[in-house]
Amino acid sequence: MSVETVFALAACALVGIGLYGLIAQPHPLRKLVAFNVMGTGVFVLFGALARRGAAAGLAADPVPQALLITAIVVAFAATAMTVALLLRLIESTDSASLAAEPPADDVGPR
Amino acid sequence: MTPVVSLIVALLLLALAVWSVVVRDAFLAVAGFVAYGLLLSLVWVRLFGLDVALTEAAIGGGLTGALLLGAVARLRGTEAAAWSERSGFGLRTVATLLALGVTAVLVLCVLALPAPVPTLAPQVVANLDATGVGNPITGVLLAFRALDTLLEAIVLVIALAGVWSLSPDGVWGGRPGVRHHADPDGVLAYLARLLPPIGIVVGIYLFWAGADHPGGKFQGATILAAMWLLVQMAGLADSPRIDHRGLRAGVVAGPLVFIAVGLLGLWSAGAFLGYPPQWAKPMIVAVEVGMMPTLVLVLALLLNGAPARSRR
Repeated sequence: MSVETVFALAACALVGIGLYGLIAQPHPLRKLVAFNVMGTGVFVLFGALARRGAAAGLAADPVPQALLITAIVVAFAATAMTVALLLRLIESTDSASLAAEPPADDVGPR
Repeated sequence: MTPVVSLIVALLLLALAVWSVVVRDAFLAVAGFVAYGLLLSLVWVRLFGLDVALTEAAIGGGLTGALLLGAVARLRGTEAAAWSERSGFGLRTVATLLALGVTAVLVLCVLALPAPVPTLAPQVVANLDATGVGNPITGVLLAFRALDTLLEAIVLVIALAGVWSLSPDGVWGGRPGVRHHADPDGVLAYLARLLPPIGIVVGIYLFWAGADHPGGKFQGATILAAMWLLVQMAGLADSPRIDHRGLRAGVVAGPLVFIAVGLLGLWSAGAFLGYPPQWAKPMIVAVEVGMMPTLVLVLALLLNGAPARSRR
């Protein structure tokens, strides 16, 4: 089995692991970490495909590799934005819960 | 190359991924994710993506790790409550089945990949000379797929505007985060004085070498941003006020230079972001030099976060 196949198969598992955490972990920060794991799984799969595209004296296809650099930077920007949203959520509600608000009738006077 | 090393790296990677997803303590999860990011750069080296490895180590492992560690520290108090609403057995079973299903489909796709591998490498090599740069990835980023890079730069600015817009009304225009105080004779303050000159040289070298060797503006900009953040964390400088005009001009300067060069291409080469052959290298350098300060500012400011202190 070639190196790129090993990493391509590992990437498939990373996507699954990330997806599990995204659904099963209740805390938003843990969901964010899981989503990043899932995203890197997609990146590694794409990188393995780039390696398969080695041709013309290059060790890998440079087009997907360049897109990967773009992707990593954009993923960081999105993560920073999510962290800022999360910190604001906690600042204004004192809780990081994503659970649905109880219906207005059950809340009662505050 | 023997795949045994790759197999070990892949297994370690999976173990760290599982760790950072399922471990109970959020700090341990994030610490695992930082190690995961560093291991991932090793994967990129094994896949012959040195430029990607440098970006991953700098941004994926470094900046994202610092961002998440900072968030964990501020979210300490909410962890226990979140744990009490953890998903039940049913949801976890569904999540497991869904994850296994997605993985299985992806594995089938990987095993069924077409035999004559589609690749754009020959086209890149054939046309790289016309751009005047030696690193094919820089050629793709700044010539063949320059529009992607332009949109990425704009995404960064929009993300920063999004982060800033989350500041409470009372502190709009103020400084992000807390003013750091460190022992002026301590090791952090010492490193914050010792490392920046070296880091600045390395960052600019990576930026300049990116034309012909692995490296480039993103990797260089991350190192420069890290140096600035180090100085802030050691309390030697405060985070900037976000209503500073020069700062805001710097944040939008890069995309504006990029768009200006693109329009110049419309006039001189007949296409937006087109470069006339003899002017390709100078125009690419103009974009790179114009983008660099913006990238340093935006990466550092994204890490600083939303303003939290009023203007003083």
